[in-house]
Formats: sequence, C-alpha cells, structure tokens
Amino acid sequence: MFKQVLVFCALLVCQAQAMAALTIEITEGLEGALPIAVVPFAWAGDAGRPPGHSVGKIIADDLQRSGRFNTLDPADMLSRPSTADAVDFRDWRALQQENLVVGRITPNGPGGYNIRFELFDVYKGEQLIGYNIPTTEQDLRSVAHHIADLIYETLTGIPGAFATRIAYVTSEGGAGQKKTELRIADADGYGAQTIVSSDEPLMSPAWSPDGRKIAYVSFEKGKPSIWIQEIFTGKREKITSYKGINGAPAFSPDGRYLAMTLSKDGSPDIYVMDLLRRKLRQVTRHWSIDTEPSWSPDGRSLLFTSDRGGSPQIYRVSVAGGTAERLTWDGKYNARASFAPDGKSLTLITQAGGNYRIGMLELGTGSLSILSEGNLDESPSFAPNGSMIIYATRSGGKGVLAAVSTDGRVKQRLALQTGDVRDPVWSPYYKQSRSQ
Amino acid sequence: MKTNTFSWAALILGVLLAAGCGTTGDTKDGEGDGTGAAGGAGSGVSTSGVAGGGAWDATALQDPDSPLYTKVIYFDYDVAELRSEFIDTLRAHAEYLVRNPGAMVTIEGHCDERGSREYNVALGERRANAVQRFFETEGVPSSQISTVSYGEERPEDYGHSEAAWAMNRRAVLVY
Repeated sequence: MFKQVLVFCALLVCQAQAMAALTIEITEGLEGALPIAVVPFAWAGDAGRPPGHSVGKIIADDLQRSGRFNTLDPADMLSRPSTADAVDFRDWRALQQENLVVGRITPNGPGGYNIRFELFDVYKGEQLIGYNIPTTEQDLRSVAHHIADLIYETLTGIPGAFATRIAYVTSEGGAGQKKTELRIADADGYGAQTIVSSDEPLMSPAWSPDGRKIAYVSFEKGKPSIWIQEIFTGKREKITSYKGINGAPAFSPDGRYLAMTLSKDGSPDIYVMDLLRRKLRQVTRHWSIDTEPSWSPDGRSLLFTSDRGGSPQIYRVSVAGGTAERLTWDGKYNARASFAPDGKSLTLITQAGGNYRIGMLELGTGSLSILSEGNLDESPSFAPNGSMIIYATRSGGKGVLAAVSTDGRVKQRLALQTGDVRDPVWSPYYKQSRSQ
Repeated sequence: MKTNTFSWAALILGVLLAAGCGTTGDTKDGEGDGTGAAGGAGSGVSTSGVAGGGAWDATALQDPDSPLYTKVIYFDYDVAELRSEFIDTLRAHAEYLVRNPGAMVTIEGHCDERGSREYNVALGERRANAVQRFFETEGVPSSQISTVSYGEERPEDYGHSEAAWAMNRRAVLVY
C-alpha cells in the first residue's frame, strides 16, 4: 500500500508542471447522453484567493467529453447548492437532470484544501456517493479527474479513465531543422511535458503497465535504437541497437518482457526480450516483413503485422512461437493492431477506398467496423477502460490527435497550437489505492 | 442521508509530494550525452571522409554532369523494385565504389506517409536492401555498404499530395 502511495504522489507532482498544449473539442455525438448537473464547487475560504482551478468545471468537462453524459450549463441552474442539506431535488427534476454533483472546497492549512463532494440520484432523492478529499493547489486537477472517475464508475459501472495520460510525438520546424519531441500530457491535454527532444526522428512510444516507464525508438546517431526511460526521473537506458531495424517496442502485461521488431538476421521478425536477464528470444521467423507486436491481455500471444500473404495483414502467434494465425481477411491493408483491454476486439489501421482509417475487429464475429473518417489515420490506442480509441489524423494541413468512442458515436479532436502531433498512446491505469 | 467519508490524506501528504519532487526534475538524457543526436546521417553530401578515393572521383560526386551526382532514386507505391530509369545511376555508383575500396556508402530507405509508421520502417529497409543487393551483384563488397531505414519519418517533400508521396518513396545514397 505504501509503495502505491508514493507512485500516486509522484504523478501529482509531475502534473503540476503544467504547460497548456493540446486543446480538445468534441466534434460529434451527444444524443442519448445522460443529463447530469455539476454545480460549480463553492469556495469557503478567502474570496480574494480562490483555488487556481475550477474543480467542478474540470469534472463537468471530463464527463461531457466521455460522450456518456450531457452536462447542464451552470447559467441554466435554478440554484447552486454546495452541500446535501441545501439541495432541493425539485429544482433539478424541473430541469430534467438525472444526477447531481455538489461540492465544497475549504482551506486546509497553508496551500492545502479539503474537497467534499456528493453525487445524487435526482429522482430517488438519494445520495449515491460522497467523499472528503484533502489536497493541495498543485494536485487540484488530478483530484478533479479522480472525482470524475468515481462519478463515471458509479453511474456506468465502468471504471473511468480521466485520471490517465497520453504519450505522443510532436515535430516543429521545417525541413532540415526539424525538432522532434516525445511528450506526455494528461488525458484531457493539460500539463504536457517533453521527456525526450531530438533533431533525429523519435517514434513508437509504449507505456510500461505501471505507467512509470516509456519505451521508444530514437534515430539519434543516425540509426534506430530502442530505449526505456523512467518518466519521473528522466533516466534512460538503451535496450537494443542491432544492425538494421530496432523498432515497435511493446511491454508485456506483467512488465517483464519487451516485444520488438529486429531485422538483425535479415528480414524484420518479432522478438521478445526478458528485461531482467536481457535475454532475447525470436518469436517469428519468416522472409516477409513481421512487425508491430502487441500483447494479448493475458500475455500469452502476440498480434503482429505481416505481408507474408502478399499484403500487410494482422496475425496472431503464441509468445512461445509456432504457427501464426491470420486474423484479418477484409481489404488489402490492415496494420498496427492492438487488443481492447477485455481481449474481445482489436483496433487497427485499415485501408478503405484508398483511405487509411481506424478500424475495430470483433474477434468473436470477425466483423470489421470503420471508426474514423480521415484519409491518413494511424496509430490507434485504446483507453485503459476500453471506452475510447485515440489515434493520429490530419486536420487543417497538420497532424492532430483524435479520439473516438468504441461505438463510433462520440468524436473529439485534440490539437496542438503549432506543429504536428502523432503516434499517440494511452497510458494504463496508474497503480494507486483509491479506497482502503 | 448518509455520507461515506474517508480520507485520501495518506495519498496526498505534502511531505511525500516533496519527496517525489526530488525525483522528477531532469528529463534529459540519463547517459549525459544529450538527446540531440549527431547529424552524421543527413542527406547532405560529404566527400571529406572518402579515404582512398582519388581527387577526381571525389569531385565527380559533386559534379552535376557526372552520373554520380544523382544520389536519390524513387520507388513505386508499396514496392521495393528498382525502376529501370535508375539502373544507370546505380551502376555508376557501384563502379565508383568498386574503384574506391575506401569509400563507404550508407543507403537510406524512405517511404511516403501512408499507412502504419513501423510497417513503413520495414518497407524502407526493403528499399535500402534492394539497392544494396544491386551493388553487391555489381561487385561492391558488403563491407563498403551500410543501410538504414527512416520509414516515413524524414520526408523530402512535406506535402500530402500524390506528387509529394512520389518524392518521398526513395532511397538516398550518403557517402
């Protein structure tokens, strides 16, 4: 338990080094969403020195972005209670709200706060959850995301993924003087930080399952190598630098192994490295291109892209090796697949009518649905709760990130003010203790 | 009305935060050699490193009238087959390498931006290998050749049209 506490705290510290970078706009889909009112949280301290972030607004924005909720504009509220005894449910029934969130922030020592919030079922007139959370100025955003996660889980039965992060690659500057950066931001785009900066290409970031490390490919010194970097210390280590391709790193679900693509023996094949012993094992052996390994949630098999059948398609192979099974049969280009957290579906890049789009393949039925509408969409990555897929697309002449709900209903765009963004990957849940 | 209240204080103690702070700062290269990489493999031409090459040959690499002046060849979509129009150029480079055993060449493989980034790295390597095999068939020792694939990461043309993509599906010879 104590170790988990430390992890959580370190995360909060990082988030405090905020630097606005990505802006998110919902581009489609709010019909059928659950109406919820999040009353702006009351501040019980010195009116001249309010908290630096609007906790109620952060919560409302998270819920709204999920597409599962439609939040009430505070301007339309008939009353603004901040505690349970001040709630008159008739006000909220009149506004046809199904759920209500109220909260109150009180000073708690120097730089400290106490946040108390409650979630109500408006029609039953009952409290569903209520928490009292001590925090500090620099952790306000993070705590707000955790509150949104609690509300989301209580009302949908699915854990929220608001208190997670994304890693992505950006580039700025024109030809000849490109600067490439690997960055990490909160899942809502705030608090972006650069963890690697290079004049040479960086690509293929991959999170460790505890969210504390990122593996990536760097072309520094004119050739590709795979590195693993601790995100809180910046310490990094070169993992492979063989002749040829060193690419597509992917941590196993238990974090002990790193799958990757190496072409040291000729054509690109899938390998798995035992990270503790630094022992490398070859998983596929074929004259064609085999690349983009991705682990099944149980850690027993790997998906990969191969053109052994004449065009790039998705295959599955046991981690122990052996015969690979072809999974995609629709279309002449399917690549970069990864499993949904429940292992029942895959997201991948698929070519449809000359366009490269994000697809989702249901493994049970074999049916492939197209979730995106761009012509150069790539790098899909599931949120850890399986609700959304983030991917790279182009908009207004530059690379931007977009997210789509797995039912295709809700679409969002995450854009940088300047430069290109690409190669997004959603973090796992951070190991933490939310309840005793 | 019942309120479930528990404390997250243990999670968010200021003391622990301060302790965590000490470990977050520097995100620079842990090995201390800087994240900015050496620019050795740029597409620019360098003749200064060509040990054993005669002065005439070194000059030929930069002479617009020499077949050696052309150092970029282009490919069709999703393939690594050498186009016949570039065979003379490649043969001239092979002859140059055979006549100058001290000359070293790096063949860079590149792709257009369509499709998956890592698959494109593999495709770029296939293009670089196609050039390497041609050189070896022409008698160039493999010790004089190295390859690297940049996939779609280093476009020559930053546009997004068919014309731009055609410029980006290429192999570049770097001496």
